[in-house]
Amino acid sequence: MRYPWWRLCVFLCAASVPVYWLYLAWTLALGPDPGKVLVDNLGQGALVLLLLTLAMTPLQRVTGWGGWLAVRRQLGLWCFSYALLHLASYLFFLLGAEFSCLPEELSERPYILVGMLGLLGLTVLAATSSRWSMRRLGKRWKTLHQLIYVIVIVVLLHMLWVVRADAGRWALYAGVAAILLALRFPAAASALERVRTRKNKVRNKTEING
Amino acid sequence: MLIRIPAGGDCHESEVTPEPIYRSRRRFIQGAALAGAAVGVPLLARAAEQYPGVPASPAPPWFVGKLGDARWRAVVAQGEAITPYADATQYNNFYEFGPNKGDPARYAAELKVEPWTVLVDGEVEKPGRYSLEDLFIEGQLEERIYRLRCVEAWSMVIPWLGFPLADLVQMVRPLSAAKFARFETAYRPDEMRGTRSSFALIDWPYVEGLRMDEAMHPLSLLAVGMYGRVLPNQNGAPLRLVIPWKYGFKSIKSIVRISFVREQPRTTWRSMAPEEYGFYANVNPQVSHPRWSQARERRLPGSLFSPNVRDTLLFNGYADQVADLYASMDLTKDY
Repeated sequence: MRYPWWRLCVFLCAASVPVYWLYLAWTLALGPDPGKVLVDNLGQGALVLLLLTLAMTPLQRVTGWGGWLAVRRQLGLWCFSYALLHLASYLFFLLGAEFSCLPEELSERPYILVGMLGLLGLTVLAATSSRWSMRRLGKRWKTLHQLIYVIVIVVLLHMLWVVRADAGRWALYAGVAAILLALRFPAAASALERVRTRKNKVRNKTEING
Repeated sequence: MLIRIPAGGDCHESEVTPEPIYRSRRRFIQGAALAGAAVGVPLLARAAEQYPGVPASPAPPWFVGKLGDARWRAVVAQGEAITPYADATQYNNFYEFGPNKGDPARYAAELKVEPWTVLVDGEVEKPGRYSLEDLFIEGQLEERIYRLRCVEAWSMVIPWLGFPLADLVQMVRPLSAAKFARFETAYRPDEMRGTRSSFALIDWPYVEGLRMDEAMHPLSLLAVGMYGRVLPNQNGAPLRLVIPWKYGFKSIKSIVRISFVREQPRTTWRSMAPEEYGFYANVNPQVSHPRWSQARERRLPGSLFSPNVRDTLLFNGYADQVADLYASMDLTKDY
């Protein structure tokens, strides 16, 4: 396995954040409504991880470093885990484990339904993330995993629905997502490649001159 | 292994006040007594004694004077525990200071609440710009412990100090043409950083309103203090409305203007999302907010494994006192 320390580092970072939040909730440092804070944090955490996952390919294109791609699947799986915990904490802390309320919540509140759609998409991607699935699905694997572009839009819609008075944070995420999606267009992707080759050329030149 | 089954009324260990805090209450009371003595009013100490642990704060002389013959516990909430002061002052919605619950506690100190005047205008016999002292010159300060139900499905129980809104209305004498009271919050971008955000969706200043019979209802309160002291800025200093049977956003904070008008005022949340926030905004478990159910509420503070979820009551439990106001109305339409 390449980049074992880098992978471990990413793993520990992603794993320690929810543990830290739980610790804060335990010590009453999250305020009087810790369940709500956890639900919000996990939801936003999942979105940030989704954006990070989407950022790995462009970063690899610009820098040429293979480490970015080495952690892409891991980040995607973390995004799925955070989203699952987001749903679980909503069910336990906000609905008070009254699961009988869930069908009503789903049918009457479209933003929850939209969130569930996003999670469903992430589940499909997480379930087909293994090498075995990649081999089995062959070319279709890539098409299937382009679902991530739809998921990021669905998830942003889910968040926009929840924002009540100030859309600043949402606008930041949406802006980053728009840039990351734009970088998928072939023209932008090859522009990124050119950045790297130019950088290499400069480096080579200085090496020759030096 | 010892398995102890607590009786229903027993306190959990987590509810027990830690010893150092318990022991420090005397120091607190002594400190408050000294502060009271310093301004020559030992009565302030009595107020502090009722709420040990609530930090004393400088109060304007007129407030200190009124505190002396305040009617403590004029209204109580039977069987309800008062929300800890720290939670009531650190978990707030006051978008003028930012969109997060902690923002008001962090930034509201930037608001200058003294001197403060309230403009009274519209269909009224005695319009003018009043200081708080003038507004309440005859009034007797009352403590009222009310449930507070936020439209976001959380709730608290808060001991307010204030004056009946009806007294103020009677003092300024609205004309018969006045059908509604319109209230306006201060809008000072220099002192309210939330209003400087270019992503804020609110059209400042914040506006709320009541029908005249709602304004005259004996439960309607103009609060100037809570927990035996003046209002902290994040809770709407120096003057706010408290309408206990309506969702919290009706209880407008930091009021600078009260107008008596003919038409139903264009209130802030209603004009932003009329399908989500009605003009009446009476607490009603039967009428859901489009994005969440209003049938239940989280009584704060909750902890992670006891979220303290309970059923919401019609008119927030004040139905026997206010239901008459809406007898002829369809509450699912006029929500």
